[in-house]
Amino acid sequence: MRHKPWQDIKTALPNIHGHLGVFEIGDREGESLYIGYAGGNSAFGLRGEIQKAFSRMPRACQIRIEITASYLSRYRELLMLHKAYHGELPPENPNIPLGRLSPIL
Amino acid sequence: MNLELTDEQTLIIAMVRRFVREEILPLEINIDPDADSLEPEDQARLIGITKSMGLYGLDIPPEYGGPDIDLITRTLIAVEMAQHRAGLYAPCYGAFGGAGLAQLFEATDAQKEAYLYPTLRGEKRGFFGLSEPSGGSDPARAIQTKAVRVGDDWIINGAKLWISGADRADFGLVFARTSQDKGRNGVTCFIVDTDTPGFHVRRIVHTLRSAHYATELQFEDMVVPHSNILGEVNKGFAIANDRLTRQRIPYAAGCIGVAIKAQEMALDYVPQRETFGAPLASRQAIQWMLVDNDIDIKQSLWITLEAASKASQGLPYRKEAAMAKLVATEAGGRVVDRCMQMFGGLGVAKDLPFERWYREMRIRRIGEGPSEVQRHVIARELLGASLR
Repeated sequence: MRHKPWQDIKTALPNIHGHLGVFEIGDREGESLYIGYAGGNSAFGLRGEIQKAFSRMPRACQIRIEITASYLSRYRELLMLHKAYHGELPPENPNIPLGRLSPIL
Repeated sequence: MNLELTDEQTLIIAMVRRFVREEILPLEINIDPDADSLEPEDQARLIGITKSMGLYGLDIPPEYGGPDIDLITRTLIAVEMAQHRAGLYAPCYGAFGGAGLAQLFEATDAQKEAYLYPTLRGEKRGFFGLSEPSGGSDPARAIQTKAVRVGDDWIINGAKLWISGADRADFGLVFARTSQDKGRNGVTCFIVDTDTPGFHVRRIVHTLRSAHYATELQFEDMVVPHSNILGEVNKGFAIANDRLTRQRIPYAAGCIGVAIKAQEMALDYVPQRETFGAPLASRQAIQWMLVDNDIDIKQSLWITLEAASKASQGLPYRKEAAMAKLVATEAGGRVVDRCMQMFGGLGVAKDLPFERWYREMRIRRIGEGPSEVQRHVIARELLGASLR
């Protein structure tokens, strides 16, 4: 996910549909604010979840997404990777129990 | 083998069945269809209930505080515990507790103090590190992770693959080769703390299970004290093999539980659903699917109970355990597949549990030794020395 380019959220949103998957929301500088997922209970999939997250984050302006059926394990993996690279979770993510990853940098 | 349940078994089964229906199924309405855990407060409440039922820590031996329930009854309970959406891999979301790594019951007193008791108290978690990138079905030969003795320590280098829970574990059982030319007699089991320098969880491996993942581990000059050997040097394969055999019975039971639940849902549905002016239940194609399901379920159940019966009597049960694992995982897949077919479009939607069971049941034919290895084990038992 971190190798994918950020997209402007307003431009990207019309092309994001109701898929299952994971997403990352960033600020203008490309700092990650939040990592989320659209799961089996999400209304309108990725589009619905991104809209919901976007509406409560005034600094949000960029997005990257990944469509995947393994949304729960991928979501946890992205959080663990973020923690491994930055030492902490994105500021808008609640602290949830996670494992430890030590990826080869 | 007596096929009648005792009064006590009947009572316990009814209690667990009610627990699943009244406590677990309602919670699953509101969580993600792929979830394998509950909110901590729900989990704590459910554990309180299973403790009050006297059924917490089912697999813990009585001398360590377990409820002293025989293996046949535990197998029947495992069948019940699996009868919900997450039931195959997260039966009752862990509300009945676990025994941790059963091999630790054979550990030294110091190892029990450091690892077993904290695990039983829920303070530590362990993982089982056997399979490697070089193979999982033939661990005796595939293990390439090496441990070399230096004074009172061992230095371990190598990798493991398909390891569950290592990223959240405090320690693990790691199998490493300690003699190069002795095959299965050159493998030793080490208890490894996950905060040991050189222990790395390198990556997550995503599978058909959305909530759960496996991990790939790497060991780089990881120093483990000699006192952390579980059992004896070069005798680790017996520990691994014992675990693999023992695990096949509850593994089979989970598949049977899901198959029973799938069949129950199909039996409810087909009299109601009409096609071309008649209920599905009146169609021979549907009736035969239900009949085949019933036969698959009964065959699997009896074979699995036979394995449990032999194991509980202390008789050799390797062949029966392999048969149970083989038959129940394959039958479970067929039953879920037929039920999906009967439900049509609904069968593949996330609204119902079939699509999750279908994905997870497919893994069961590979995990804990694939069907082909089970057939190999059975053939070896049948042919004995003449095979070699």
